[in-house]
Amino acid sequence: MINHLPILPILIPALTGALLLLPPLQRSMRHQRLLSLAATLLTLFAALALYNSSGEATTHYLLGNWEQPFGIVLVADRLSTLLVLLTAVLSFGVVLYANAGTDEAGSFFHPLFQYQLMGIYGAFLTGDMFNLFVFFEILLLASYGLLAHSGGKARIRASVQYVTLNLIGSALFLVALGLLYGTLGTLNMADMADRVAMMRDDQLVLLEAALLILVVVFGLKTALVPLQFWLVRSYAAATAPVAALFAIMTKIGIYGFYRVHIGTFGHQPELNSGPMQTLFWIMAAVTMVVAIIGVLGSKNLRTLTANLVLISVATLMFTVALGSEAAVSAGLYYLIHSTLVTAALFLLADIIAHKRGPAADNFVPARPMSQRTLISLTFMAVAITVVGMPPMSGFIGKTLILVSAQSGSQQLAAWSFILIGSLASLIGLSRAGTSLLWHTTGSKAPAETTSALPIAALMLFVLSAPVMVVLAGPLTDALAQTAGQLLTSATEVALQ
Amino acid sequence: MEGLYAICVGVLTSCGIYLLLRGRTFPVILGLIMLSYAVNLFLFASGRLNSNMATILGESDTFADPLPQALVLTAIVIGFAMTAFMLVLSIRAYSENGNDHVDGKPADERVHDSSIAADKGGQKE
Repeated sequence: MINHLPILPILIPALTGALLLLPPLQRSMRHQRLLSLAATLLTLFAALALYNSSGEATTHYLLGNWEQPFGIVLVADRLSTLLVLLTAVLSFGVVLYANAGTDEAGSFFHPLFQYQLMGIYGAFLTGDMFNLFVFFEILLLASYGLLAHSGGKARIRASVQYVTLNLIGSALFLVALGLLYGTLGTLNMADMADRVAMMRDDQLVLLEAALLILVVVFGLKTALVPLQFWLVRSYAAATAPVAALFAIMTKIGIYGFYRVHIGTFGHQPELNSGPMQTLFWIMAAVTMVVAIIGVLGSKNLRTLTANLVLISVATLMFTVALGSEAAVSAGLYYLIHSTLVTAALFLLADIIAHKRGPAADNFVPARPMSQRTLISLTFMAVAITVVGMPPMSGFIGKTLILVSAQSGSQQLAAWSFILIGSLASLIGLSRAGTSLLWHTTGSKAPAETTSALPIAALMLFVLSAPVMVVLAGPLTDALAQTAGQLLTSATEVALQ
Repeated sequence: MEGLYAICVGVLTSCGIYLLLRGRTFPVILGLIMLSYAVNLFLFASGRLNSNMATILGESDTFADPLPQALVLTAIVIGFAMTAFMLVLSIRAYSENGNDHVDGKPADERVHDSSIAADKGGQKE
């Protein structure tokens, strides 16, 4: 009996997306919402089961039953199933929020959403470099549609730039794949890791070129300086659920670094030491500086959140630069935390913008909000989590990263940049909180209140922070094993 | 053959990059198309350049690597879809912005027309 679990997170969204486009469902918004919600919930259960099964053994799912390394393979190891589970949780909250009415602003929200999920799950699960490219394209094509969703001048303009940049990124990805195949003769990640050891020196140069091109490709997805220009404009322009879903998109680039640069080629010291490592450090540091300037200069909550995404990306990039088992494990904790909390902040920004009428989420005095206590307390909780103050999950995540820096020079670079980034987040969010919640004009708040569905979606993300703190012990143990598996798998994975 | 092939890929790439750096969407799309042609040729060459070799085992004594050909086919299909999407998006952007510049407004207008743009934005709100 073959275990078909690994294919489910790809199959369910693919079938749902197709079903949603068929006439009986396409007409009725209510049916679309129900089906989309049911499919997301189903995928969540599949992801949970998959994550549980990965604890015992890594499943290799051979598509078409072609033997490895000749056929395409899905690899459900600890890292991929963890990120699939994270995406499933995120998508559940996002679809709840979208069902409250944002999905009506344009057509085809739910099909695009499902296809985007299919691409993300596929990118995490695949064990084949070319398939990674294909799933990248699937998720990008869906994200182009989602970004432009519900139209408008700003969104379309952001889309043109986002699409152009990503098409160039795809072309570069193919160049890197050509180089990898030309030198290694395989695109199966585990097989690549095996063959690197047998490379001659003149081939290693080509391989290093391929890995450097991949830095550009993943750097573009992650939005590292100097490839970050698209991020703030597109994230600030996108509708709230889309921006919240995009919280996982930058993390896919980080996953690429973990999987390819650290997992597959990390055990080859000639490739990963030297210029590549220096490049990672510089990119992380400069991204942090640019993000800090962005955070301090933001004029509304959505732009601020987009810049906070940059800060989290820079922080994660330090773990890539450190590259040790402890750093990756800490990075994964921070990755989960920052994905969920960024989603919370994007949803909160949207709720606040709706409540403040024409002033939206700009940092200007406006009428007071309804449900002010609830919104204020939620904002405070989210802000503390983002900044990384105890008792929330950001504190644990950042501390783990800081502790994982071993030598003096590593500590100097990582500690100073990450801590100054946290200070900037603190200043930015304090300014946002005071101007949005305290500086009010007029005396009466409008009577209309936000309905239960968006609040529930928001709370799902907000409450993830205390849950991550309570479960910090078992979670960090599991993540340490995940990081350990990633760093040793490259050398150990035997081709069945 | 290698030299000619390499020159082809190089010329296509440089033309593509030159066009990508233009300000209007149509040259940018042409640049993307050229770049994807160059990339497809490059991918094709990753299986080494051979002639008169079958891709099916047993048909001849020597055989060519079929995998890059499959990769190129996939890349062509994906590139085609992306180009189509980009064309539709830029037509939409043209109708929204009233011009075909990637930045949403012409480069020479950006400086001294910013006040006018701000006025227009203000009126709409």
